[in-house]
Amino acid sequence: MLADKDRIFTNLYGFQDWGLKAAQQRGDWDDTKSLIARGHDAIIEEVKASGLRGRGGAGFPTGLKWSFMPKESKDGRPSFLVINADESEPGSCKDREIIRHDPHKLVEGALVAGYAMRARAAYIYIRGEYIREAETLQAAIDEAYDAGLIGKNASKSGYDFDVFLHRGAGAYICGEETAMIESLEGKKGQPRLKPPFPAGAGLYGCPTTVNNVESIAVVPTILRRGASWFSSFGRENNKGTKLFQISGHVNKPCVVEEALSIPFSELIEKHCGGIIGGKDNLLAVIPGGSSVPLVPAAQIWDAPMDFDGLKELGSGLGTAGVIVMDKSTDIVRAISRLSYFYKHESCGQCTPCREGTGWMWRMMERLRTGDAAIEEIDMLQQVTKQVEGHTICALGDAAAWPIQGLIRHFRPELERRIEEHNAKFAEAAE
Amino acid sequence: MADRSPAPDTPELRERWGGFEFNESYRARADKAIARYPEGRQRSAVMPLLDLAQRQVGEETDTQGWLPLPVIEYVADYLDMPVIRVLEVATFYFMYNMKPVGKYHVQVCGTTPCMLRGSDGLFETCKKRGMKKGHVSEDGLWTLTEVECMGNCATAPMVQINDDNYEDLTPERLDAVLDALAKGEQPKTGTQEPGRHTSEPANALSSLPEMVDANHDYRKDW
Repeated sequence: MLADKDRIFTNLYGFQDWGLKAAQQRGDWDDTKSLIARGHDAIIEEVKASGLRGRGGAGFPTGLKWSFMPKESKDGRPSFLVINADESEPGSCKDREIIRHDPHKLVEGALVAGYAMRARAAYIYIRGEYIREAETLQAAIDEAYDAGLIGKNASKSGYDFDVFLHRGAGAYICGEETAMIESLEGKKGQPRLKPPFPAGAGLYGCPTTVNNVESIAVVPTILRRGASWFSSFGRENNKGTKLFQISGHVNKPCVVEEALSIPFSELIEKHCGGIIGGKDNLLAVIPGGSSVPLVPAAQIWDAPMDFDGLKELGSGLGTAGVIVMDKSTDIVRAISRLSYFYKHESCGQCTPCREGTGWMWRMMERLRTGDAAIEEIDMLQQVTKQVEGHTICALGDAAAWPIQGLIRHFRPELERRIEEHNAKFAEAAE
Repeated sequence: MADRSPAPDTPELRERWGGFEFNESYRARADKAIARYPEGRQRSAVMPLLDLAQRQVGEETDTQGWLPLPVIEYVADYLDMPVIRVLEVATFYFMYNMKPVGKYHVQVCGTTPCMLRGSDGLFETCKKRGMKKGHVSEDGLWTLTEVECMGNCATAPMVQINDDNYEDLTPERLDAVLDALAKGEQPKTGTQEPGRHTSEPANALSSLPEMVDANHDYRKDW
């Protein structure tokens, strides 16, 4: 188990004050000037060496992403850092804890990361439903301005850097980076075609990097303790600590920071009080937020919770939002409810997603009651394949994968429901 | 896609809301919001301004607030934007109410993590109290909406009522919260689980015990 001294988010549960003074006592904003004095490229190199991969779901190496930003502005365009706090993936609830209990880690991270990529300002895009969380974060930003930590000559580093908060208004799709940029510009959050990539033309047509809250908030600690400290946790290519969020059928659902690659069983037994009804009562797990395919009990139990380990199981780490389902779960309904979610959240731009998410949900609802034909399972599988990869952004994929996971692992259950339904129908006809 | 359209444009609507403008306090907040964006990019502030407008309508009607067409036009005028651009933003984002709501907007999360922890029972509780999805109750107190994941999964199931979250709910606990609100009291927000602080393992803290009673500095163990 990760030692408490190696946890980055020590006030994760908010037992102590989130304010500047308390945060400084915990080590935040400690000589930030010297971190910045290391220089743009040295910071990026350190983050690269730490092995930090993006914590928002895709797992792209953070330092590498920053290195795509222009080193100098040839045409006078400024660069921007956009921080993705639009946490809306079902099962994910970690950024909320950072924002309401340790906001100064995020604000300090914004300055250091923004400096490293030569950004003029950071926009933090927080989901609209995080109302109290946004109030806390704005208050933290104001505190940092008043103390001279950000703004002109931020932390006496000689670098000018602003941090602005932008509240969303209830659209999951704005968590997609180009939709977020559209939304920041005052438009509907509909994703843009790439290229151009945001690092070339993002917010207001300027070079932009979009990073998750957790990816940014861990940076100051990585710099203080060194890349080798961070990379001492987790397996090769899956380095560092990570906030796991365990929901569903465990005795003690919680958010907890652990080393990547921790076995699922250890995560559940050490922090969550075990599965409700015991290990044998586990049915399946969605290990990385609603978008990733489910993994049946037998395969997940000893699996390492990291990017590669879960990929090998045909799933993914995603946001590390672990949704646990025991044997009392109506598994078809659980996935069908996710299909409804994607139908509700499709932005309507691409036809395969706009029409496909609704079609898939209606089909899932029929499979839930068994009011379908066996062949329709294959048809549904085919349709998911026609949606996947045929849309501008990954929402279409995200809608397809949970269904594919269900068919892959629970086809007998789908068939059983259809047969049972048809048998009842035949009885009634006689 | 969420299927949303503005409330019908009637003479009554025009009469009630045609003269809408920000009051002094909301104007100050609106101008502060606009200042967060670069020169010439004022339309970026359309989302905060719609939120502020909805809140002022809420104060004027003693509800959570909503966005009648004349108010949307006012925001468009304030930002010098075509009305259609503001209208499409207002209808795209789910938190802008396109029709009147009650004093308390009871938003029950129905997505899978909450469903697994018993959100069905919360809908049942609301139904028993006479609430119906998408309707304002007869006494004007309640509007019930099923919302998608609110990001409180480790403290599920949850309900957001206006600006506050109520987490770790059971039908009984939700009843108690709604009873308090109906009486004009402010119930405790956040988790309703006895002994639980926020999202730690309830009554079984598995890490960071030193943080409970003191602002512990772990750097000396580095």
